Amino acid sequence: MLHRYPKRVAFIMLALLAIVAFYPLWGPAVFGDQSEFILEKLTLMVILALFAMSLDLLVGIVGLVSLGHALFFGLGAYTLALASPDFSPASLWWMLPLVMLVAAVAALVVGVLVIRTKGIFFIMTTLAFGQMLYYLVSTSPFTGGTDGVFIMFRPSVTLGETPLLDMSDPHTFFYLCLVLLVIGFLFLRWLTRSYYGQVLDGIHDNEHRMQALGYATHGYKLIAFVISGVLAAIAGMLAAMQYGFANPAQLGWHTSGEVLMMLILGGMGTIFGPILGAFAYEILLFVYEHLTMHWPILMGLTIIVAVLVLPRGIAGLIIAPPWQRKKTPAVEDEVAASPSVRSTTQHKEG
Amino acid sequence: MDLAFFGVQLLNGLQYGLLLFLIASGLTLIFGIMGIINLAHGAMYMIGAYLVWDLTMRLGNFWLAIVIAIPIAVALGLIIERLFLDTLYKRDHLYQVLLTFGLILVINEAQRIIWGGDVHSVAIPAPFDASLQLTDNLQYSVYRLFVMGVCLALAGGIYWVIRHTRLGIIIRAGAVNRDMVEGLGINVRTLFTLIFSVGVALAAFAGMIAAPLTSITPGMGDSILITCFVVVVIGGIGSIKGAFWGAILIGMAETFGPVLIPSLASMVIYLIMAAVLLVKPRGLFA
Repeated sequence: MLHRYPKRVAFIMLALLAIVAFYPLWGPAVFGDQSEFILEKLTLMVILALFAMSLDLLVGIVGLVSLGHALFFGLGAYTLALASPDFSPASLWWMLPLVMLVAAVAALVVGVLVIRTKGIFFIMTTLAFGQMLYYLVSTSPFTGGTDGVFIMFRPSVTLGETPLLDMSDPHTFFYLCLVLLVIGFLFLRWLTRSYYGQVLDGIHDNEHRMQALGYATHGYKLIAFVISGVLAAIAGMLAAMQYGFANPAQLGWHTSGEVLMMLILGGMGTIFGPILGAFAYEILLFVYEHLTMHWPILMGLTIIVAVLVLPRGIAGLIIAPPWQRKKTPAVEDEVAASPSVRSTTQHKEG
Repeated sequence: MDLAFFGVQLLNGLQYGLLLFLIASGLTLIFGIMGIINLAHGAMYMIGAYLVWDLTMRLGNFWLAIVIAIPIAVALGLIIERLFLDTLYKRDHLYQVLLTFGLILVINEAQRIIWGGDVHSVAIPAPFDASLQLTDNLQYSVYRLFVMGVCLALAGGIYWVIRHTRLGIIIRAGAVNRDMVEGLGINVRTLFTLIFSVGVALAAFAGMIAAPLTSITPGMGDSILITCFVVVVIGGIGSIKGAFWGAILIGMAETFGPVLIPSLASMVIYLIMAAVLLVKPRGLFA
């Protein structure tokens, strides 16, 4: 029952993956001196794509709009920063499971409190919990206050005593992030197409009907909340490795707002859309920052325009290009079947 | 903590709570009637403070500045509602969140372009620039008492409008069943514009009268927005009564928190919110 997308979606995504993955080959030729800097930006985009994708499970698939997703992103960053030894690298074999465990426990605790709430209440409570952690880390003496915590060494990847990957090499780190993004994507694609994903789809459409059919919907939503939080924490950990520090801003509500922007720009409920959205957002940010110091005004206007004229995002354009919509009604049906659009039409009728 | 100090803190908490109520009441009304979640509400509080600072500098009179600033705030609300929100009523909350988040970015940056990033202050205006001598070494500003009075009067005014006027009946009915109100031939479109402008103007007005009491900084809207969200969640979304008691509770918590439990001060209001949600997931008065 889950939406099958036109072939061009897979084609575009694979092409994009190839372009990004082979950047170290063509980057220096195109960007010259700037290529290392662009590689850093690209790594960040990949990390943010994972972050945005994790939120899509919640917002696009289940229909729970969270304005506190940065909580888990920041939690991943802080867990790594605080658990790392001061004068030697931590082991990624330990750090990754630790970050996932901490995020899962946090998501479970927060989730139990917020999952019963709906719509606007969910938005407000997730926002408040995000801010709670924000104030906790920016005032607590253990977390370095507003300065945050520095990470002196990137975690190492070793087999026994032999180092496998050199994380301080930007290329190696870039590929680590890319591999995690691809794994995350395949996992979410599998999840949304599984039986569990179909139940989530049903909850998005009509939770009462699912309850009447005997599904314990709160449990299903809670699991989605935890999975989403864990993926976001992995992205946060990678971001902390990239920057070399964990900072309160990483879990402030502006970060939560930005990741929602990536979602809407890319097209929610599609899993692949948020990846495009994260790239688009970062590229726009890069361009706007170069144009003017007052770039937030351009970003704000961009998001307003996107909400008003392009609610399905870039993914919507790819799935159903405007020039095809009138000619082939079959595509139109396909679009109408995607969760994000369905919720829109439902509200219109109601 | 001796009794006089306790009393001053109590007054401060009450005054802050009442100010929060002005902002939160608009937030909760806009959601309750219009179903719109307005993140730009805090930005309007900031705009109110900056408008009054700017106009006071130009005109040299705080009261005149307020009189001029109020219509500007109402007009701003009118423009935002007609220009941006009009198309969003039937859409998912996500789009409202994003659009108003975009508005925050635009308004905050516009503020930076017009007024810069400096911290400003407004002098406490005559005739309230005196203080009451409570004990030998404790004073209380008369202006704070004045702010309390104004907030209480406005709260009473809102209560009266909602309870005892025809408009109030429409507002209450609209909060329960919007479609039915529309079906009865009431122009919901106009009602929405009115509610949004008034709600946003209340937030801006709170910023105006708070201007002499706080430092006027670019980020002042963001922090107050989150606090008001907590107020609204605790009180129950859409409930004016809930906003009032929630605001008083949070005002007290924010005032007494740093004195009683300094280590948890910044988290107290969120802990209260979590506790309320555990007991009453829809808020105290919903």
